[in-house]
Amino acid sequence: MQQFLNTLVSGASLGSIYSLMALAMILVWRSTRVVNFAQAGQAVLSTYVGLEIHRITHSYVLTLVVAIIFGAIFGALVDLLLVRPLLRRVGDGPIAAVAPVIVTLGLLGALQGFVGLVWGGEYRSFPAAFSQDGINIGTMKIPFSQFDFFILLVTLAVMLTFAYIFQRSGLGLAMRAAAFEPEVAQLAGVRVARVRTIGWAFAGAAGALAGALITPTTLLAPNSLDLLLVFGFTAAVLGGLESLVGGVVGGFLLGLGLAFVVAYLGGSFTFMTAFVVLIVVLLVRPQGLIGARRMRNA
Amino acid sequence: MLSIAGLTTDHGQVRALDDVTFDVPAGSLTAVIGANGAGKTTLLRTVTGLVKPTSGTVRWYSQDLLCLPTEQLVRHGVAHVPEGRSVVAELTVSENLQLGALWRGKDPDVQIARDEVLALFPILSERLGQRADTLSGGERQMLAIARALIARPKLLLLDEPSLGLAPLIVEQIFQTLDRLRKESGLTVVLVEQNAVSALEIADHAVLLSLGQIVVSGSAKLIEKDTQLRHAYLGY
Repeated sequence: MQQFLNTLVSGASLGSIYSLMALAMILVWRSTRVVNFAQAGQAVLSTYVGLEIHRITHSYVLTLVVAIIFGAIFGALVDLLLVRPLLRRVGDGPIAAVAPVIVTLGLLGALQGFVGLVWGGEYRSFPAAFSQDGINIGTMKIPFSQFDFFILLVTLAVMLTFAYIFQRSGLGLAMRAAAFEPEVAQLAGVRVARVRTIGWAFAGAAGALAGALITPTTLLAPNSLDLLLVFGFTAAVLGGLESLVGGVVGGFLLGLGLAFVVAYLGGSFTFMTAFVVLIVVLLVRPQGLIGARRMRNA
Repeated sequence: MLSIAGLTTDHGQVRALDDVTFDVPAGSLTAVIGANGAGKTTLLRTVTGLVKPTSGTVRWYSQDLLCLPTEQLVRHGVAHVPEGRSVVAELTVSENLQLGALWRGKDPDVQIARDEVLALFPILSERLGQRADTLSGGERQMLAIARALIARPKLLLLDEPSLGLAPLIVEQIFQTLDRLRKESGLTVVLVEQNAVSALEIADHAVLLSLGQIVVSGSAKLIEKDTQLRHAYLGY
């Protein structure tokens, strides 16, 4: 019973981070129809930037804030300088579907190579906001730490903020319209290209936060967020790749599922399980578990 | 007024619009009619910058429309309702209306405009909280037009509003259009395959065939020209 509860809480904490990464992937997919594999590279870069800030200021809050802002700006730049010109060049041509995939994979490699050059390849520790030791309740020690609690609170706050922006603000309405019907949005006066770049910035911020929150556990190296990318993408696909709510639910489902796999089958099963889940979902329910079913005109 | 001069648009090797020239007087309703593939949709899409022309000019009063990005047009009083009941299916009716007025920010007139378009299409008031993809075809078309009208355009470009709708609904939408432009002085360009209904409410008509203007002039005269009707409109 205790192991069950332990698994549940650690799964929830991991799941919330996967949700953030899923949100990042979904925001980019919805606005630009590109699966951004470079998201992990962007997050690694912003986490190294955060590490530098921590070295200089020793302030965790500043570390987190700078990493997030850097992630947002860098995300916007990736869209402005790379993706937007690329899509303009390939147009509707024969490589239109595959070119963005190759470019974001290429960017992932380039970013990982870059941080390796600047900061070296060895694993570095990254600060956590609070103790990562489990909490004592009476004589029982549960693995759920103060930092896990912090992770849950922060991701919840971010998700509520996103929900508010998307459902209640004019910017959110413009983003949703631009994502689903760019032409109608444009004719209604929405600056679609600008709104897309804002989507990339939000995604960059969410990815940066996910990176900064998971790194105290995984340690930091040029490729230390590759797993997060896989899990985030799997969570996004679980949720149907289209719905933000779906991504959050997918992230928590995956986090909990993987935690139970680790607890009851062993850690070596995680990676394989994530991919099996990804393939099974795509085969059986390509619209995602929550199924943001899109009834089109036809 | 709207002046289109020498407008030529190519889709790859195919010339979709060939040297099209005509004027739409302010406050008039001009029907652009012709068979499928005549270039009617391309005409509207070129005017609003969704398709780039090979040559030609489009002026709305003194404003050169072709040099404006599409998203700026609504700020110059030009609204375009593209073919196919163009609403955002994933948004509610209320959100679709809000979208149409988003660029106007907190202008207090938005609420007044919203009330006015809901008065034009009362059925939408009963659907405000519903997602647009739950609407019937006719309701969707009404929402698409309402979304355009809430911006208070001076020029409304409508692409095949009757497509796939029951005759009764078409009648209703056309009557509303007719009333609207008589009351508000709105200038309307109505692209229609349904020439009978369009000519009924139009002042002027432009008959397109294979991208070229066959004839343009008074809607009444074209309506009465049996030869033209037989040759190009099939009735």
